[in-house]
Amino acid sequence: MTIEARTARAAAGLPVRLEAITVRFLAASGQVEALRDLSLDIPAGSLTVVIGPNGSGKSTLLRLIAGLLRPADGQVVIGEGTGPRAGDGRVGLAFQQPRLVPWLTILDNVALPLTLAGTSTEEARPRAQASLDRVGLADAGGLRPSQLSGGMAQRAGLARALITDPPILLLDEPFSALDALTREAFDGELQRLWMDRPRTVVMVTHSVGEAVRMADRIVVMTARPGRVAQVIPVDLPRPRPATLASDPAAASVDAAVRAVLAEVHPPELTPWLDR
Amino acid sequence: MRRLATTLLSLAAFLVAWKLLTAVMGTPDYILPAPEVVAERAVRAIGSGLLWEHTAVTLSEILLGLAVGAATAIAVGVALGKSVVIERVLSPYIVAAQSVPILALAPLLDIWFGGGLLARVLICALIVFFPIAIATMVGIRSADPLLVEMFRSLGATQGQLTARLEIPSALPVIFGGLRVGVTLAVIGAVVAEWAGASSGLGVLINIANQGLFDTPLMFVALVTLAVIGIGLHGLVVSVERRLILRP
Repeated sequence: MTIEARTARAAAGLPVRLEAITVRFLAASGQVEALRDLSLDIPAGSLTVVIGPNGSGKSTLLRLIAGLLRPADGQVVIGEGTGPRAGDGRVGLAFQQPRLVPWLTILDNVALPLTLAGTSTEEARPRAQASLDRVGLADAGGLRPSQLSGGMAQRAGLARALITDPPILLLDEPFSALDALTREAFDGELQRLWMDRPRTVVMVTHSVGEAVRMADRIVVMTARPGRVAQVIPVDLPRPRPATLASDPAAASVDAAVRAVLAEVHPPELTPWLDR
Repeated sequence: MRRLATTLLSLAAFLVAWKLLTAVMGTPDYILPAPEVVAERAVRAIGSGLLWEHTAVTLSEILLGLAVGAATAIAVGVALGKSVVIERVLSPYIVAAQSVPILALAPLLDIWFGGGLLARVLICALIVFFPIAIATMVGIRSADPLLVEMFRSLGATQGQLTARLEIPSALPVIFGGLRVGVTLAVIGAVVAEWAGASSGLGVLINIANQGLFDTPLMFVALVTLAVIGIGLHGLVVSVERRLILRP
């Protein structure tokens, strides 16, 4: 199946199912269990935000869905029963850092998923330009990564993830390096992009506020080894404004998420609390 | 323009110092000839076609040796960089070959490979190989692991990863190796000629020095070698400037 045929089904996204996943790493200190017996259903077209303490395996979760990592146990199912495969065009991944190739122009950076899959440069460039238009970087195609601000570079990374119009978009703390105001603006744009063209989005964040602003459902993870502590549905109308926090319904979701996070935080991180 | 002026000025200062040294010390021409004596000898050597005859031989040895040596070195360097096993297996031999004095090896290689141009090109390639191979290996490994993971997430094959990420990342370091390599190639060619050849600038040095006691001619040959080295080095630098993007 060509990359085009696979992405033709993008319209409403694909569901992702994680079944009894265990992931182990070999670290300097010995074997580390990043995820243990984690099961999670991500419905097609949902905007799922994953939140949890450091080392809870949030990024590991995204790498599993992207096909960058194989679980020691359990399986990842995308759509109707196939496992993930890196580069098959079904998953777009935007990282915490923009990860642009420094010697390529922004246009060629964005075109990379297509050119690596065998599309000719002449055919890939107009599509890269269209993807840049979508994220508000219409005029930046000829620049090099070193000429972009942090926010522009992050947009370029997003344009690259979106170029195959993937049914699943994975975002690994994409705006965490940006200042709070820029980040709120980006969250708003991302929400609008998703409303214009629904697809399955899984976003990792450290920020409870961002989770409440963005999510259909918030998945709270436990400390290492990570599992799902709770899935909290967020039933608030969209588009949600940046001033959402003052809304009482949003405040109660915020409080619920914080309550679960306080429970799962490892005790050694809070030694000053009364036991 | 200013860069050219600086270079010419430093060259003039060098020639003046050389002239002063010979004038003050009063050295005879067969120990240290004055610059104008060397220049006059150069004009005669060029006029008789002697200099060009030997320069052409040495230059072809250098260029062929450099091409063969650099191409193998880059290929081997990529393999060394990508596989720890290959590095473990090959690196003792590579280091050993570099540690053995090329002067001792050259006569043997000359016998093994029939004493012709092939033998001299191989000696030249051998001396060029090491710095370029090591630079390539180090450069390949310096590719940003975050970009490597990004390529993997896009389903890049090993070949695409090497051609489109690792080798371009390694280019600045590879060019460092090439700069060392070109100057070594000049030495390699002369050493190879000393091991057994009938023409070339190395041979001319021997004839001038030991046969004819024509020290000015020897200096003409040395200056020619230096000019070849500077020229090739400059060529590498200019290609490097064109190819590598400076932030």
